[in-house]
Amino acid sequence: MPGTYLPSNYLPVFIFLVVAIAFGLGALLIGAIFRIRRPYKEKLMPYESGIDPVGEPRVRFSIRFYIIAMLFVVFDVEAIFLYPWAVVFDKIGLYAFVEMVIFIFILLVGYLYAWKKEAFTWE
Amino acid sequence: MVEFFFGFFAIMILFCSVMVVMSRNAIHSVLWMLVMFFHVAGVYLMLNAEFLAATQIIVYAGAILVLFLFVIMLLNLREEMNIEQLIDGWPAGLSLAVAMLVVLILALGSFSVKPWGQWSIEVVEKTTQTKALGKVLYTEYLLPFEIASLVLLVAIIGAVVLAKKKLKS
Repeated sequence: MPGTYLPSNYLPVFIFLVVAIAFGLGALLIGAIFRIRRPYKEKLMPYESGIDPVGEPRVRFSIRFYIIAMLFVVFDVEAIFLYPWAVVFDKIGLYAFVEMVIFIFILLVGYLYAWKKEAFTWE
Repeated sequence: MVEFFFGFFAIMILFCSVMVVMSRNAIHSVLWMLVMFFHVAGVYLMLNAEFLAATQIIVYAGAILVLFLFVIMLLNLREEMNIEQLIDGWPAGLSLAVAMLVVLILALGSFSVKPWGQWSIEVVEKTTQTKALGKVLYTEYLLPFEIASLVLLVAIIGAVVLAKKKLKS
């Protein structure tokens, strides 16, 4: 029945995560306990190659990054669909091959469109 | 044990979601969202859906969050960091949220848990979830799978069209 399932073979992953988080927090905590804190204005300034920082720390990114990120999301999802496909490929065979070719072809149209619209050219 | 893990994930998801909304700095919101995505992956694992858990981390935490970060960096929010956390219309938003909760509770009343048909926990665990999913997705649910590619195509075209004006200059 649902709600009674415990993924016991993921116990090593869980232990790994707990140890990793404890290690990270522990290192910060021990550092906070033992280090000497004597802050002054120059020490707290962001370091910028030895000169006084100029301008805003955050600059506006180019819109091109948005397209690149969007394409990354789309082709990441495509790659995710390839995992279960590859696992069952020997069971389904040619049928699976044809449907994946159609799937990739449709996405290829979008890729070629973005290419044609010069989404990848940087001047 | 199951209840403990589920409770932990559920409370962490709620806490992180509230922190996403309440953080003034948009970057902090995104980081809280990252923590939330990992806990949602934990819930998927508890539901015997390990492939979905991996997808949650790879796609949501890995790709969609990057998109969120880029959007925040495109906007360059600075004045927005000084505004109040609760804007003027918050009572309207709260009443809407409560109304949604009531609808959900009413809907949950007619929700019943039934045993699975072909794909019980034991069968899924024996064949592994990725294999079980692949078998169903690429035979029975072929059309939705192909339609998914069209949805992704629309996403590409939409992104290019939205940003096209800037590209020309």
